[in-house]
Formats: sequence, C-alpha cells, structure tokens
Amino acid sequence: MKRVYINEEWCLGCHLCEYNCFLSNSKESDMVLACMGKNIKSNLHIEDSGDIHFAFNCRHCKDPICIKACISGALHKEGEVVVIDKEKCVFCGSCILVCPYGALMESESGVMQKCELCISSGGVPKCVEGCPNGALVFEER
Amino acid sequence: MSGINYLFPEYEVKRDYDRCIACRVCERQCANEVHHFDDKRGKMVSDDTKCVCCQRCVSLCPTRALKIVKTDNTFKTNANWRENMITNIYRQADTGGVLLASMGTPKEYPVYFDKMLINASQVTNPSIDPLREPMETRVFLGSKETKIIRDSDGRIVPHLNQHIELSTPIMFSAMSYGSISYNAHRALAMAAEELGTFYNTGEGGLHEDFYKYGKNTIVQVASGRFGVKPEYLEAGAALEIKMGQGAKPGIGGHLPGAKIVGDVSRTRMIPEGSDAISPAPHHDIYSIEDLRQLIFALKEATDYKKPVIVKVAAVHNIAAIASGIARSGADIISIDGFRGGTGAAPAAIRDNVGIPMELALASVDKRLRDEGIRNNVSLVVGGSIRSSADIVKAIALGADAVYIATSALIALGCHLCRTCHLGRCNWGIATQRPDLVKRLNPNIGKERLVNLINAWTNEIKEIMGGMGINSIEALKGNRAMLRGIGLNEKELEILGIKHAGE
Repeated sequence: MKRVYINEEWCLGCHLCEYNCFLSNSKESDMVLACMGKNIKSNLHIEDSGDIHFAFNCRHCKDPICIKACISGALHKEGEVVVIDKEKCVFCGSCILVCPYGALMESESGVMQKCELCISSGGVPKCVEGCPNGALVFEER
Repeated sequence: MSGINYLFPEYEVKRDYDRCIACRVCERQCANEVHHFDDKRGKMVSDDTKCVCCQRCVSLCPTRALKIVKTDNTFKTNANWRENMITNIYRQADTGGVLLASMGTPKEYPVYFDKMLINASQVTNPSIDPLREPMETRVFLGSKETKIIRDSDGRIVPHLNQHIELSTPIMFSAMSYGSISYNAHRALAMAAEELGTFYNTGEGGLHEDFYKYGKNTIVQVASGRFGVKPEYLEAGAALEIKMGQGAKPGIGGHLPGAKIVGDVSRTRMIPEGSDAISPAPHHDIYSIEDLRQLIFALKEATDYKKPVIVKVAAVHNIAAIASGIARSGADIISIDGFRGGTGAAPAAIRDNVGIPMELALASVDKRLRDEGIRNNVSLVVGGSIRSSADIVKAIALGADAVYIATSALIALGCHLCRTCHLGRCNWGIATQRPDLVKRLNPNIGKERLVNLINAWTNEIKEIMGGMGINSIEALKGNRAMLRGIGLNEKELEILGIKHAGE
C-alpha cells in the first residue's frame, strides 16, 4: 500500500505540508479562506530541532492498535486506510495513549482528527503534492 | 564613522495582509532574516534593508501574499550620476573596500545574439521536419585529423585523436565545489551522465563521491592547482587548463577561509580555514611555450588518452591568443565572454573588462581558418548562453559546442540576485551552510537540468530543420545562415555576416 513517507534528508522544515494538509481537510478551495485567522490543526506535523526537521503523520498500520483501543468504533479501516468517523468519536483519548507515532490529535470541533491520505479528494495527498523539495513522498515501501 | 545611513533599501517587500496567513514559511526560508512574526502587532513584518531579492519567499508563499518591488525612492534625476554610481560611492566611502559582485554583469552592453537573425528555407530548398527525419546533434570535441589515411588495399583507416563525444552541443561549464554546493554539483554530475554530455569540476577539485561520474566530467587545472592529483586527472574524460574567466579576466580568485570547511577543505587539499587563493596568472605560464609545457605535462600524466582544453577569457587580443593556443598542443579552446558568471569578483572588473563572446568567437574562428589551423582545435564558447537560439547562433558563428552555467543554475532555482559572495544562497546553490545546501534536492535538480537541455536540444533541431540542415556539423561556421539587424559595417565585418535584407 502507498503511504506518505518522509525523506528527512530533504525536509527543510518549511511547514508548508501542514498548511496544505489543513487546506485539504477544510471545506475551502482557497488557502487564504481556509487558513486566515484559524488555529491551524493539521493531520501531519513537523517536529523541529535545530537543523533537523521531521514530519509525523499516521503510518496506516497493518494491524492498527488505535482501532483496537477505540471505545466508540469511530476509528475503522476503509480499504487499508485508517479513518475516523467524527460523528462517533467521544474524545476519550484512548487512541492518543496507544498510538506510537503521535498521529492523532484533537480537532477544532473537539473530537479526534487524523491523516486519511486525502482519500476524499483522491490522488496524491496534498502534503506530498505541495512539498517543495521532494521530502515527502507517497509510495510503496 | 557617522550615524547617517546613506543607503536606502533597493527593494521593498510588499505583503498583502488580506492574503498573509502568517504561516511563517517566508521567515523560515529567508537566510537573510528579512521576515519575522511580530508578537506585539500579531502579524508578519519584513525588514527591507536585508532583502537581496532572491524571490525565495515569493516562490514558497502558499497564498501569494508577497512580492518584491524596486523601491521608488528616487535620487534627483541625473543622466550622468545615476543612482548606482552614487550609492557605490557611498558604500566605498563607508568601507574603503573593493566592491564585490556575483554572477554576470548586469550592465547594458549590447547583446549581439539579439542583433542576429536566423535563416529558414522557403520554396527553393526544403526544410526538414525533425519529428519525421533524423537530426544529428552529436558532436565530437578534439583536434580533427586533416589527412585521410588508407591501408594497402585502399581502405580508409579510421583514426580519431583524443576527443570527447557529446550527445548535444551543450556542456555545463566550470563551477567549483566551494563556490557552489555539494548538491548543486551532484545535480550537474547526474544530469551530465543522463544526457551524455559533460560537467566541469571548476578549480576546486573533485569530491570523492563524484569520481563515479568521471566519464562525464571535465576536470580543471587552474592557477591555484586545488585538488589536482594523479587520480583526479585520471578520473576526468578531459582536462581543462583555466587561464582566465570571462567575468574576471586578468585576476585570480579568492574563496574565503570561512568556506574552506570539511569536505571542501579535503577536496581542495588545503587546510580548513585557510583562504583558497587562485593567483591571477599561472606562475609557471608566461608564454605559449610555457602553456605547451603544462599541456604536455598533463597529457604525459594521463598517457595521451584525454583531450586538453584551454579556457581563456575573451579579451581584446583574443584571436592572436587563440592562434597561439591552437599551436600549443591544446585540443579544445574554450572562450569565456565578458557576460559570464562568477561566484565573486570585483564589480569594477566584472562590469568593465573583457569583450563579448560573439565577437571573440567570430574573430577567433576566422583567424584560425585563415591560418589553416581551425582543425587543430574545437571551439567551445560560454559567457551567457541564454537560450537554444543563442546556441544555434554561436554554432553558426563557428563554435563546436557551448558551455552553460548561469542558465543551468537558473534551472536549479537561481533567481540571479547576484549575492553569491555572501554565502547565504536561499536556493541551496552558492552556499556551504548545511541547512541551505539541503534545500537543493539533487534528484529534482537533475530532472530540471535534463528537461532544460532536452528542451533546448529539441528547439535546436527545430531551428536547424527550418534551415534545411540536419546536423550540427553542417551548421557549424555556416554564417550564411545569420543576418545582422541594427549592426554597423564594422560589427558585421567582425561577425562575418551580412545585414538583414542583403
């Protein structure tokens, strides 16, 4: 299965992926409308330490421990992609406790959000598409 | 000295606050620290005094909230004392120093390429469609055999002198590791390999990682002799003796000790932190005879297997100089015009010394033909080749191939901000700062270089096809294919072309 991977060697820490992610998961088609004045909560985030930059997002595990931990059945698989039904999420935080990658976080609406590989818009995930240096890739490994 | 700042920022960063989402990409991407987020005002602000107009922030801004404009602050208008003349004096009165500059001269000298037009076939001679018929762009550089040798049965004995074979008449010219980054060098090396052409190490030696690209590498020997060792000479497909550089004829180079770190120091074979000074002359070359000694020393060292290029800057007496070089045992002469780029040069030299490549090429080609020694050498020209049309015109004026460097850097992202000498290249090209170097992903860079050269090669084929010519060989020195426009008699005479309409 194709996943989003980071080639840390080429990550500049520009954080553009976070904004492209936020735009992709907003209802807007324009970056300004999507982001202006908003608290940007993207499904992937860049960790920076000096010159080291690294993107964290959902690994879409083969046997996802978050789904096992989910008490409301909100987390489930669509094909091989781990997705979340925000209607069902009760924000118990169990998934946050078990995910070894820190891939889930609180959304603006108070429930969990996570990377769904932009499956609703199709094609290459927007974080990968907008990466200026080929650091993020969408490929089989 | 005084509290007065005489210099008004040349460029202004314009931010459209209706579009700025304060993502801070501009702040993170600017090595000159122009942008920052002002907590008190709760918005992004810019410091115009630091901006070099490299366009990195403009290119990466996700909402196109930024643009950089030339300031409209105006000194009292004066046709003689133009603003840059006045501000240069302010700068020098402040510092007492030589003004440094980078890349090719921005001054408005005539560009002869733009005053020449190319011919095309109509009615009486057929044009060729390169999509349907074969079109040969391959060229061989090196001295050409002038005699046909036959064996006892009368069959031709094929014989080629030391040469290099190019799939297209375009090579990447010399840029040293040190002046440009590891990743820039890697992109050039990978692109040269994929394209079947050559890149040039410049005078900074060859990084150990790049020996594997040797068959697509021209290794340079310059006055500083940095990084020259037997394995280095052995690694390249051709050797180039750098006598001069178009951007700074008559002077040497100086890479500051601050840039001589780690791999650069190892590759140049000089201690870390020591200034890398290339003397103005080669201290062992004061005549054509001395040059001949170095050429044959290099040939001896490499078993007479590799062609030797002699690179000279285009200067007033270039035809006589080239004639001497053609008799000195060199296989290829490279002529670098005065608009050529540099990583750092005194502005006074870059902007005022040397002559245009077009005129130098035309007079050298004519001189060598007149003297019957044109076949001794191939001619490669560089110094601001900007397009495929420039290449076609250069070949029609007599070049065998061209060297490109500035165009290659532009393909890699360079925006010609001309501040290479500051070492803070935001595009990861002219810098050794690891956080900036990584901005140039050589895999992407290679693709962009390959695309550019393929695009130009396709255009060359189209233009040649239009003239009814199907090989570079048939275009070479074919000045009947050129006409001047707006040139005077003397210029036409030097270029060896007729005026449009003649």
